[in-house]
This record gives sequence, C-alpha cells and structure tokens, in this order.
Amino acid sequence: MARAVLALEDGNVFTGEGFGGEGVETGELVFNTSMTGYQEILTDPSYYRQIVTMTVPHIGNTGVNPEDVESNQVWVSGFVVRSLSPVVSNWRERGTLNEYLKAQGVIGISEVATRVLVRHIRSQGVMRAAIAHGEAAQDPAALVELARTSPDMSGWNLVDAVTTPEPYNWTERSDPQWYRDHHYDPSGPLIVAYDFGIKRNILRLLTDRGLRVTIVPAQTPAADVLALNPAGVFLSNGPGDPAAVTYAINNVRYLAGKTPIFGICLGHQIIGLALGGRTEKMRFGHRGGNQPVKNLLTDVVEISSHNHGFAVTPETDLGGAEITHINLNDQTVEGLRHVEKGIFSVQYHPEAAPGPHDSLYLFDAFVDAVHNRVQENE
Amino acid sequence: MPKRTDIHTIMVIGSGPIVIGQGCEFDYSGVQACKVLRRQGYRIVLVNSNPATIMTDPEFADATYVEPLTPEICERIIEIEKPDAILPTVGGQTALNLVLALREQGILDKYNIELIGASVASIELAEDRQLFKDAMTEIGLKSPPSAVVGSVEDALQAAEMLNYPVLVRPSFTLGGSGGGVAYTPDELREVAERGLKLSPVHEVLVDLSLLGWKEYELEVMRDTSGNFVVVCSIENLDPMGVHTGDSITVAPVQTLTDKELQRLRDMAKAVLDRVGLATGGANVQFAINPDDGEVYVIEMNPRVSRSSALASKATGFPIAKIAALLAVGFRLDEIPNDITRVTPASFEPSLDYVVVKFPRWNFEKFRGVNTVLGPQMKAVGEVMAIGRTFPEALQKAVRALDIGMMGFGFKQENTPPEALRVPTAQRLFQVASAMLGYTPADEISQQTGFDPWFVQQMADTLRLQQTIAEKHLLLDNLDRNDFTKLKRYGYSDAHIAQLLNTNEGAVRARRAALGVVPSYYRVDTCAAEFEAHTPYLYSTYEQEDEAQPTQNHKVIVLGGGPNRIGQGIEFDYCCVHACYALKDMGYETIMVNCNPETVSTDYDTADRLYFEPLTVEDVLNIIEKEQPDGVLVQFGGQTPLNIAQGLQAAGAPIWGTPVDTIDLAEDRQRFNTLMRDLDIRQPEGTTARTREEVIAAASGIGYPVLVRPSYVLGGRGMAIIFDEAGLLEWLAENTDWGGHPVLIDQFLDDAFEVDVDALCDGEHVTIGGIMQHIEQAGIHSGDSACVLPPYKISLYHIEIIREQTRRLGLALGVKGLFNIQFAIKNDVVYVLEVNPRASRTVPFVSKATGHPLARYAAQIAAGKTLAEIGFTEEPHVDGFFVKEAVLPFQKFPGVDARLTPEMRSTGEVMGHAASFGHAFVKSQIAVGSTLPQDGVVYISVNDFDKGAVVKIARDLHQLGFELAASHGTARMLELVGLPVQIINKPSEGRTNIINAMREGSVHLVINTPRGQQGHMDGALMRSAAHQYGIPILTTLSAAMAAVQGIRSLREKPLTVRSLQAHHTR
Repeated sequence: MARAVLALEDGNVFTGEGFGGEGVETGELVFNTSMTGYQEILTDPSYYRQIVTMTVPHIGNTGVNPEDVESNQVWVSGFVVRSLSPVVSNWRERGTLNEYLKAQGVIGISEVATRVLVRHIRSQGVMRAAIAHGEAAQDPAALVELARTSPDMSGWNLVDAVTTPEPYNWTERSDPQWYRDHHYDPSGPLIVAYDFGIKRNILRLLTDRGLRVTIVPAQTPAADVLALNPAGVFLSNGPGDPAAVTYAINNVRYLAGKTPIFGICLGHQIIGLALGGRTEKMRFGHRGGNQPVKNLLTDVVEISSHNHGFAVTPETDLGGAEITHINLNDQTVEGLRHVEKGIFSVQYHPEAAPGPHDSLYLFDAFVDAVHNRVQENE
Repeated sequence: MPKRTDIHTIMVIGSGPIVIGQGCEFDYSGVQACKVLRRQGYRIVLVNSNPATIMTDPEFADATYVEPLTPEICERIIEIEKPDAILPTVGGQTALNLVLALREQGILDKYNIELIGASVASIELAEDRQLFKDAMTEIGLKSPPSAVVGSVEDALQAAEMLNYPVLVRPSFTLGGSGGGVAYTPDELREVAERGLKLSPVHEVLVDLSLLGWKEYELEVMRDTSGNFVVVCSIENLDPMGVHTGDSITVAPVQTLTDKELQRLRDMAKAVLDRVGLATGGANVQFAINPDDGEVYVIEMNPRVSRSSALASKATGFPIAKIAALLAVGFRLDEIPNDITRVTPASFEPSLDYVVVKFPRWNFEKFRGVNTVLGPQMKAVGEVMAIGRTFPEALQKAVRALDIGMMGFGFKQENTPPEALRVPTAQRLFQVASAMLGYTPADEISQQTGFDPWFVQQMADTLRLQQTIAEKHLLLDNLDRNDFTKLKRYGYSDAHIAQLLNTNEGAVRARRAALGVVPSYYRVDTCAAEFEAHTPYLYSTYEQEDEAQPTQNHKVIVLGGGPNRIGQGIEFDYCCVHACYALKDMGYETIMVNCNPETVSTDYDTADRLYFEPLTVEDVLNIIEKEQPDGVLVQFGGQTPLNIAQGLQAAGAPIWGTPVDTIDLAEDRQRFNTLMRDLDIRQPEGTTARTREEVIAAASGIGYPVLVRPSYVLGGRGMAIIFDEAGLLEWLAENTDWGGHPVLIDQFLDDAFEVDVDALCDGEHVTIGGIMQHIEQAGIHSGDSACVLPPYKISLYHIEIIREQTRRLGLALGVKGLFNIQFAIKNDVVYVLEVNPRASRTVPFVSKATGHPLARYAAQIAAGKTLAEIGFTEEPHVDGFFVKEAVLPFQKFPGVDARLTPEMRSTGEVMGHAASFGHAFVKSQIAVGSTLPQDGVVYISVNDFDKGAVVKIARDLHQLGFELAASHGTARMLELVGLPVQIINKPSEGRTNIINAMREGSVHLVINTPRGQQGHMDGALMRSAAHQYGIPILTTLSAAMAAVQGIRSLREKPLTVRSLQAHHTR
C-alpha cells in the first residue's frame, strides 16, 4: 500500500499506509470512541468536512453492507485508523471498506499511532488537518501549509452543502430484527423534517412510529412548511457551526409555538439559538457511543451516542426553556424543552446508529406530541 | 439514591476452596467488596473456608470466619454477628447455593436478614435452566431447543426429538460440572447419568448442540434506578461447544456490526429486567449463527464471575467493587470512575486496544484424562494479555502462559486439517503449525469454526516469519522497519532469535541499537478521551509513552502468572502482601503480572501495575523504563524464579535471597555437599542424566525410590517406584526432562512428614510455623492434610527440626522466606527438600499464627532485620489449625485418583478449633467429606499399625460403629474380642471392599498402606472413596483425629470463632 500522510495545522505529521481514494483533502481532525459502527459514522452527513480518527484499533472487520448507511454517500473528508482489516467477516457484508472508500474517492490512512493522535487532540483541541494518499503525500510541509490555510469550522455554514435539493417523502421502516419494541402504525399524521444533514435512522424510527415524513431542504421558509399542514416539525442533525445557519434559526423562531418541534444535534443547537441562547465551540467535542447523559426529569442516566463539536452554553437566557439533559462527564447541556411552545430537543443522538438504544423514548415523546396536536386540531 | 443507613453489618460470603471453574477471581471480587464496603462505614463479617485468600486476612473485615461454608456453620456465625444483610454475589456459585440453603432452612427469615445484590427469586430464575428458558420465551428471546429431564430415560427420549449431538448441562453446578456433549445414545447415557448425579437438584438440561455457532458474552451492570451499562463485550475464538472458561476469548467484540452488537445489548437488558436483577453485575451469554445472525440466549449469571473479573481487568472498570456499592444503594452516577476521576461510573468503557484471554490447562498432571474440550470447564487458570492489535495480544498471551512457547507460531509435527476440528488445549498451536505448512486460512476456519477474521490475522502474523525463513534472513539483515513490524505483531525477542538461529540476548541488543523499544500505554476506560490518573499499563510498539515513571524509591514485585496446580492463589497472596509491606515502608510499588483473576492485578493493589507477561524480555523492558531500586522474585512461586537468573545477568537489582541460593537449593551436587558440611541427614539419593544412569542409581539406593525431574514445581512427574518394572514404566512416560537431570531418592515409607515455614534475615532465623502432615508419607505436601501445631511429634524431634531449620537458613544465606520439608522415620530426622522462597503454606501459617509472614519477608528483602520487625520468636499457636486439600478428580472422570508425590489439588480449606478433633472435623466438612456419626467402618492397616489400631477400633465400637476389616487386621481385632466382619482387600479376592463401597454399605475407611501391594490396594480404595464420597483416612494419626472428632461432636457441637477474636484473646 502506498504511503499516506496526515498533516496537522500545528506542524505535527503522522504517516501511515493509504487506502481508499487517493489525492489530498482537508478537514477538521476529530476522534470517535465508538467501538462499532464505522459505516454509519462514515455516512453521517454531520461529519462533512471532518477527518475522523477511530480510537478502536481494528477497523473494517465487518466490511460494508447496503443497510448500515445513514445517507447515500460517505461524508467524511478522511478516515484515520490504527489497523485496516485484511479480511471481511460478517454474514451481512457486501464488500470491503477499502473498496467502498475507493469507489467514493475518500482517503483512508491506517497504521497510524491513533492513540497518540487522540491524546494530542484531547490536549490541544480539534484542529485543521490535511490528509493525502499517493503523490500528494510526498510533501508533508506543503500539507501542513494546506491545513493552515483551510477554512475554520467556526462560522462555517455546512448545511447548505449537505441538505437535500428537493423535498421528498420517506417510507422505509427499520428492520424489526434490530429493535425489541418495534411497532408500526401505517396511517399516522404527517410531519415535516428539515434536512440539515439528516441521518436515515431518524427517518426510519419516525416512520416506524406511524409518522408520514416529508423531508424538506434546510432553506425552506417556515411558512412553506406550515402550508403543508404538518402535525409536527423535526429539525435534524447536521455539520458545521449552527450560528452560521441563520435562516434556520429564523425559521424556528417563526415556527415556535405553532407546531410541536423536536430537534436533534444541530437541530437542538438551532432551537437553542432561536430561543435566544448562545452556542460555543467545544475543545474537542463528544464523539462516541458511551456518553452518560442524565435525564433531569426522570433522574435516569442514558448511555448515548454523540457527535457534536458545538454546544448550547448553559448560562445564557434560553427564553423560558429549561435544561432537561446534561452530560455527566462535563456537564454539557444535552437537552432542552420549552413546554409552552411545544419544543424539545437533544444534543445527542437518540437514533444511535451507531450506539446504544437507551434514548428511543424521545421519538415516542415526539409521536405523542404530534398525536396530541392532531387531537387538538380535530 | 445515597447509601443505605438502615443496615450496619453485612455478611460477605466467599467462594471456598479453589476448584476448577471457581478460582481466585472470587478472592479479587471479595477483596474489592470488603474494602469498599468497609470504607463506607459498614461492619463486615466475612465467611470463607479458604485460608489462602487475601480476603480472609484479618484487615479486610471486622470479623473473619475461616469456617466451612455450610448452612449450619453459617447460622452459628449469624447468631454471633447478627448481620443485617448478606451479600451473596461476590462468592461465585458456592455463595449463591449457600444463601439458597439458608433461605430454604428458614435461617434468613429467622434472623431477619436481607439479601442485598440479588434476590432469591432472581437467583432461582437464573440458575434453574427450565425456569430461565421459559422466562426467555416469555420475553420473545430464543434459547436452544431443549428439554429439562430428571432421568436418563427422559434424556434419551428428549435427544431423539432434538437430534444428536446434544449438549447436557446439569442445573445448579459451577463451571459446567458434569456437562458434556453426546453424539450417540450410549454417550448420552453416560453423560446424563453423571450430570444427574452432580446436579444438587438431580436435573439436567438436554440442549440441541450449537456446535460451530459463534459465542459472545456481555458483562453488564445495573443499579436501583434502572441505570444500565455494558462494561465489556467479549467474543470467544472457540465457537459454541467449548466452555467459555476453556475458550480463548477476545475483547472487545471484533466481528459484529453496531446493529448486531446493540441488539445483544437490548437483549441483555431485557434478560436482566425479566430475571429481576435489581442491582449489581451480571453476565449474559449468547450464541449467534454465523450464516444468518440468528441469536440464542444461552445463560445469565446474576453475580460477578470469572468473566466479570476478566472484564474488570480488560477495561479498568472494577465490577465487583461497583456491584458492592450498588448493593448498598448507590447509583452508578454517584460513583466516580477511579481512573479518570472526573467522570462517573455510569458509562460504558471504550477500548482502544485488544485483550486476549488464554486458558491454562494442566492435563499433564492427569494421566488418562480426556483432553478434548467441551461444555465442562477443565482449565485451572488463565492469562490475559493486552496489545493494540489482536496479533500482538495473542502472542503476548501465549508467552504469558509459561508453557515454554514464546509465540504461537511454531511448526510442530504435521497435524491433518481434520484434526483441527477437535477442540483441545493444543488446537491453536496446531492451527499455527498447519498454516506454517501452508494450509489455507479458509480451510482452517472451516475446520475449527474460528471466525475467518481471527484466522486471517493469524495468517498475516505467520507470514512475517515465513518471509524470514524463505529469505534466509540473518539478524544483521533486519532493519528498523522489519523489527518494528515484527514487534507490532507481538513477536518476542526469544521467538525472533529462534527464527534467526541466534540467541535472545543478541536480538535484544540489535533491537535496542535500532531504537525499537516498547511504548507503555494506559488502560484508561475511555480510549484516551480523558486523562488517566491510574498507572495501569501495557506495552506496545507505537509512538510516545504514557508510563511517566517517577523518581521515587521503588520496588518491582513479580507476580506468579497463570494459576496452575502447584502454583496458585497462595503466591498471589504473598505478592500482594509484599506490595502492602513495601508501600508502608515508603516505597513506590510496581506489580508485574498477567493473571486477570488475581488481587495483585487490581490497579488498587500496587502503586503501578504493568499487565505484562512474566518473561525476561518483558520484565527487563519494565526495569529499564522504571529503574527500580529492587526487584522481588521470591513471592510469585516458580514462574518469577525461573527468570531470575536472566534478569540478574542483565543487571537487574534482585532483592532478598540471592539468585545463587535458589540454584544451591536446586542443584543436587551443591546441595548434597552443603548438607554433608552441615551434618544434616537426607534420604540417600543421587542424580542421573540418562536412562541407564537412572536404573543403576535406583538399584544402588534400593527400592522403594522417589524419582523426579529437577526444577519443577508441584512435583510434576514425581513418583514413588517400588521395583524396576515400575521404573521402566516411569521412564517411558517421562521422557522430557527439560535439559535437567533426574533425581532419585530413597523413599521413606511410613515416615512422618513435617513442613516448616521460616524467615531468615541473613543473621537470624525465626520459624513461622511447623506443620505435621496427616496423610501417609510420599504424598505431595500440597495434597496432604496437615496440622499446626504438630499433633504427634515428640518435642525431641521438633527441637532437631528447629535447630536444622536455623542452620539451613543461615547456611543458604536466605533473606526472606524459606520452606523445609522434613521426614521422621525410626527416630531419625531427614531433610527432604528446601525451597528458598515463599511457600504454599505461608497464608495458612499466617492465618493460624496471626503473623503476616509474607509481609515480614518483604521487609527483610528491603533491608530490615527480624529484630527490627519484632519477629524473633516462633509464634505460639493457640488451638489447632488443620489444612485440607481439595482435589479435582470429580471433573476428570476416569482419571486415577491416587494421591502421589505429584501435586494435583487445586485448593485448600482450613478448619480451626480448640481441640484437634474439632479442627479436623471442620476441615473435612469444609471439603464436603463429612465424617459419619454411625455405620460401618472398614479397617485395613499395615503390620506396624496393627497394635495401635486396636484402640481406635475399640473407640469406634464404643461409639456405636460396626467394624469390618481385612483378614490380617480382623484377626488382630478378634484377638482382643471386638466383633468384626471380614471384607477382602482388593488383592484378597474378587468380591472385596470396593464392592461394599460401591453399594454404600461402608461409611468410613481406615487404611495405612505399606509396601507395593499395600499401596496398590490403597490406591484402589482411595479412588473408590473419591468416587463414592466416602471419607478415607490413610494414617493412624488421621484415624485418631477422626475418632476424636466424632467423639468431640457427640460431646460438644462445633463452635465458630473469628480470626480477630482468636488472635486478640
């Protein structure tokens, strides 16, 4: 395998063996501590413009399959692993990770001292980096320079690049084998989901619960959404700085109080901003499937799936909303609700994919809110 | 919820003697529970019959009862201590079964005691195979098609419905005791019969065999608020059909996608909900069909287990400690993560390394045993290794086993691929060998059922060494890149040396010159997301280093490696005490060990923990990193001693007894010269290096003789030989002498044997304890019951023993502990053996005397004198302490159950009381061999004992026993007018005592063999006694003890006393 290089904006250079696509790419260097679920991570649009390092050493063991995708493409800018599996073994596999990334032109690098890299990010914070495989890997100094001149995540609206160009309807349900409490009601009310980079598992879980889902582009004006007469609005996850997605913030301000709203991740941050709060960039964020989030309403801890580099600051005025969830590791705000306006949101990922299923109740809560709204209207 | 204040005194139940399937992992969990609950202010009452444990040290509980684990004894302790609650979940199956019995007998209700950590209902549901299966069906989970049966006929009928092969698993047994696979009705008859007998409820489950399915385990915890976490996911390399304790296992799971793993997590949670486990740790096992992913739930253990000890060490998440806190009302989010300090325990550890657990078997000790692995666990110990990748961890695990393999890839004699189908202890090595012989990976995978992922990783590893061989590379050809690659795949210097036809030292030097040295990374529970404050380290070959050694004065303590017969928990006890002692002296302590079951590998024990194999290379690397003031090698048994020479040669500062003394004691010539100079008697003996020399030596000394290879622990290969035919047979069976000579000694038939543990500081010797063996001479001291203080030895002989102990300690230059075995015959005291290290009896003596001998030894090694320590007088022992051995023959049907000079016991118990009789009775109860109160006693003694046995027989007659005897003994008894029935000895006729034992018409056997015929008869009786659970006494002292015991029990019931109460009296 050809040499590959990961060059950090602070001048550190990690070398390894390249796989997947060739060329050069830049992005924000982050790490994820999930021990399984690399295919979901690769295809999660929230990782757009990020180079993802996996902390678990062996990657690629189970190959790839058509089911474990969270969107129709790989979104990461680069993928950094300790050891790429020489073989694929799983009854669902339909190909190797190497071929998959190659087909999508996404650069991978293996045999990297990933723990050193993670400790570096932990102490220095996330930073810009350039990843190169093939010819471009010959000049690390140039790659460092390239990293330094690449755009910074703060203030960057990345939603525009990942959202759907056209509205569409979603009908696919989850495979019941993955969920113990699988229920389906084919004729539920309609909701509209804003696509800021939405993960398919969110759509599947909403559909499972009997909601008809129409997905609209992120820029869709709130009035157009209301014109569809939805029984609720969902705000999806997505990449980049939430504060830069000003149109979404304005739309949510408009929608607040008019329809039940449920937000996840970027959607949650947008809600926080719309209610008058602030968001801030975290040192190295939360990315993994083992984060303890306490539900302050029930006092129960959920082991949850995370992927966020920004968070709503707790000390700001949230316009009457209350903090419902916090992260027990660092007290980050992980959930909000505004009872009067019928809004609730979580910073983390109840849809998991990858990660534990402890927080699925939030989807049920949204479905309840939607049904209540339908009853009120009748 | 904060901790409960409505309970004050908690009784913790230990797991009793170490047996196969229940090892020292429960000492680890018990110690953790006791420590943390005491820190919370609870009063702890501990009950455990095993004196070799660290948990039974008086400082870990407020009241420590080393007493038999029976409901009757427990009730007496409850009467005295009045506990508010019992924690039954840290003492394995033994503790669970004991609380079920306590509750059955109404004792829990009578004393109003609450069970914490588990409810009776949940224990019953999880342990009863049918109830559990029904419960799983109820919540929509599949379990293997099966039937619960109570008779062999029903088992056969069930098997017809399920189709062969079937798996038989008895209810309520541990380690899969009595389980087996049956391919035919004949096999099923045998397996089912045994299983029904071993199940306390006479019930077995007949399962459709899932041979070839993948096996997974989740270690989970939950608290009273319903918070639930998966601490560790484990994947078995060996597919279903091999007990998980006998499987090579890997963490985290490597071959499941997230969806598949989360499905198991959801199922585990549902299982806990259904079983009703309110708080604590549990283990849920699954089988997955590799072709379509279908999942079966196999079983759930509602307690901490061997797997949870492994999971704790694998992740840094201390399950037993946290389970104990949850049991008293804490929530997971109220407990801090010790390692990160800033985050709570309510999270799931993320691993950025791979852990491999490898079982350690001891089949060489059990001739005739079926070595095929199956549903009944046969391993006696295990190692764990940590690496950044599977190949690195696997290779480290192999060299940690201490079986002479420095890596897994060695070409052996050709194994046909079909043979790989059969799971055995050797299978992994056969796989490597086959792959080195170019058997393709997919064929290996097909034959073994190993997941192709693991097989390919192995193939990649082996390819590196094939390249070396194919290119005929030499050491100087290898550059930095080559070395880095080899090390990253876990190759040891010794293995590389072998591949390059050079020596380990040369490889080490070249590697160091190229700058290829290990990095030490921390086990931090969080994949480096947070800073780790606990130096729990493993080596790998990558960049940077997280060891951060300090400038403090520090000492490395080398642990004992995997548990084996002859090298068990006793040595871990000594290592842990050495750590505590040195810590108290102000040293920083550094533990190196690779056994996940132990207290020594708790990150809480030493200041720093290196979870590494105990090889010269791995330990030297740590020494180079840490630059310690001293290294202790005398506490971990034979494993660290074996590498002491290599460490010293490389300049390591070995503390305590000089390495040369070890050689002096082991080297026959040198030792004989010393004994001659000291004028101390030994049995006549010599060494021989060839077969012919052995035969000549034996006839020169005169039969019977004792033969053994030198440099072995636990008497491996040791035997008593009565004639030349026997010697030839022995030579045929023991061909591998490991390059060392064979020792041939005169065997002192019918002698008294005595063990002495003593300390020497170079100037003075203080005896810790003198123990008299209760078994006949010629039985390994580890297998023999013994009593402290001696029961039947004259003061005259004891004085000689004391005097010789003193002279030997000084002459050998011991600085620390040493152990001497003496024999007394015809008024002459002989020295049989000297071991200049901590011995197996150290914890027993420490508990009996109240003096922590291992602690003193560590202090001596650090330069203190006995006078400074204040230990200059041999302790007076109040009352009697009897140690009895526990043997694993039940696990190995068909094995010759003879006790021999080769040690085969796995564990021990202690009984103590004011009178020898009571102490002896307790020790017998504790091993499950209760002396009868009436019935028939069979007596067959040698001519020397015929006079003395009359008194014993008369006593038994007066106590109401009926007498039966062999011809010779019966004549003697008739002569004094005792009524006696004659039953043939085995050599006296076809219908003999063995028939009577089988029929259950004899309830106690007294047999003192002498001479070859006597020993052969004795062996048969002994074997039958084990098989049918009949107590057998092989010395007159034991027989007298038993008589005293039976009488004492009539006069006065057993009483109990805590060690604390005993030693403060």
